[in-house]
Amino acid sequence: MKSMKRNTTVDKTVSYVLLIFFAVFFLFPLVYMVSISLNPDELEILKTMGSSKAFFPEHVSLKNYRDVFKRMPFGRFVLNSIIIVSSTVVGGLFINSMGAFALARFSFRGRSLIVTLIVALMVIPFEAIAIPLLLMVNKFGWLDSYHVQIIPFMANPFYLFLFYQFFLGFPKDLEEAALIDGAGWFRIYWSVTLPLSKPIMASVAILHFLQHWGFFLWPLMVTRGFEYRPLPVAMQTFFGQYPRDWGDIMAFASMMTVPVLILFIFLQNQYVNTVKTAGIK
Amino acid sequence: MPRSFSEAAREVRTMKMKKRELRAMLVFLLPALALLTLFIIVPFLMAFGLSFTNQRLISGRIPTKFIGLLNYERMLRDDLFFKGFGNTFIFAAVVVPLQTAFALGLAMLVNKRLKGAKVFRTTYFMPTVTVMVVVAVIWTFLYHPEGLINGFLEVVSFGKWKPMDFLNNERWAFPAIMFMSIWQGVGFQMLIFLAGLQEIPQSLYEAATIDGANKWKQFLHITLPQLRNTTTFVIIATTILALRLFDQVMVMTQGGPRGATYTIMLHIYNMGFKRLNVGYASALTVIFFLVVLGLSLLQKALLGEERG
Repeated sequence: MKSMKRNTTVDKTVSYVLLIFFAVFFLFPLVYMVSISLNPDELEILKTMGSSKAFFPEHVSLKNYRDVFKRMPFGRFVLNSIIIVSSTVVGGLFINSMGAFALARFSFRGRSLIVTLIVALMVIPFEAIAIPLLLMVNKFGWLDSYHVQIIPFMANPFYLFLFYQFFLGFPKDLEEAALIDGAGWFRIYWSVTLPLSKPIMASVAILHFLQHWGFFLWPLMVTRGFEYRPLPVAMQTFFGQYPRDWGDIMAFASMMTVPVLILFIFLQNQYVNTVKTAGIK
Repeated sequence: MPRSFSEAAREVRTMKMKKRELRAMLVFLLPALALLTLFIIVPFLMAFGLSFTNQRLISGRIPTKFIGLLNYERMLRDDLFFKGFGNTFIFAAVVVPLQTAFALGLAMLVNKRLKGAKVFRTTYFMPTVTVMVVVAVIWTFLYHPEGLINGFLEVVSFGKWKPMDFLNNERWAFPAIMFMSIWQGVGFQMLIFLAGLQEIPQSLYEAATIDGANKWKQFLHITLPQLRNTTTFVIIATTILALRLFDQVMVMTQGGPRGATYTIMLHIYNMGFKRLNVGYASALTVIFFLVVLGLSLLQKALLGEERG
């Protein structure tokens, strides 16, 4: 009995040591990014970059942050990303949930064929269509615009399928009651189905946000100037300019990252559920 | 047989309903179906068609024409194609098993009923909500010859470690990117495993403990078999992600030094976008898709998926 108790104590200690070790492992690059971004002295950054001193700058200021705004239209990039991502996610929520609603609630010929097709489409990675799609939008004259980064990405077979599964799984009683009361289908979708679908809406919104917020390959090909360029491509362009000013680069990176990290600390339970939804598929 | 008036009226009414229902259904379904067709199905089919042509991104003086299997023949002589695929496979072969095992370990650690486990869980998934381009930028600085990684290795080796320019070193550039990719992605798989672990009935472990099975045996005979579907999913999903490798190498090395980090997606990007050779890039795309599909099916067959 005594040895068992010691065993659990040892086990606990080892677990905590590991937990802390991995916390440091996952956090140090992010903390490093913020520390460097707050150091106004580029020479000191270069001098201390390889030691623990990098985490504790002698002077702390927002100079690098001001520099980022001075050196480029940073606000514009933020605005671009927000416009692109929010339109895609919101549009996607409606289009995918409506499509799923049609497939889950109506019976018609070809329904199961369409469901099979949508499942099949989930196998095609975006990378496998990027080049023909580029040719296509080029022919449409869509290059360098917001909509070229929005419209092709709203409908998504995976998110549609997640909605479909959710709709199949929840009771139709309320919808049927509304139908008997004479409500039209759109009314039912809007005021009965959607309010009951908040969990899946949140999950799809989070997945779609993460996917599109970091999207890089496509905007790299379809944007030329700063007008429509989203943050990841702007970051890469800035990073490619020599000589590199690491303080400014890290300020840019921090502004792109810290708000999202804070958002996800608040949303963490929702995020965990979202991953579950995506994983169970 | 003569039908009563009310019967006929009811039929008309249901037919009207059917028509209304059909119209509603179309309104709901069409936007998604139209967009999926135009932006996934059509480009996907185009890739196959274009791969038999000499299509350029910007049609100039050269008229587009059918060139048969010429693009595919050219691939056989294209060293960068082999280099790109080779590297991509190596990346997947290293990253997928390591990341999956690491994710499972983390999930089991976080799943222990310890105070503060949730806080740790949060820190572990923070890299997964950080944009890959940003991650690549931070790690480029960390991998700098005078950067923190070299500094750290110097300290723990008591000065024996010689500073190295990881990303400009043919041997170390790719492993450095692999390490970073695992750091970024493992938290997501950890959360998937965590969900799987929480679904294993506690009674199984209790029974095993009474039977005297130790922790390792419990892991081998309860945890692993119970997680079979989850593991299959994680492996397939991570493999597909690994094969798509692009963002990190584009930002950190552009495929260098001397092709050491050149991937198939980088090749498709260079051929289609930089060189404007859409025909050839489409042929590469077709092969890329077939490889992704083939590997997924193979993994599914080998790992087996039981559906309850």
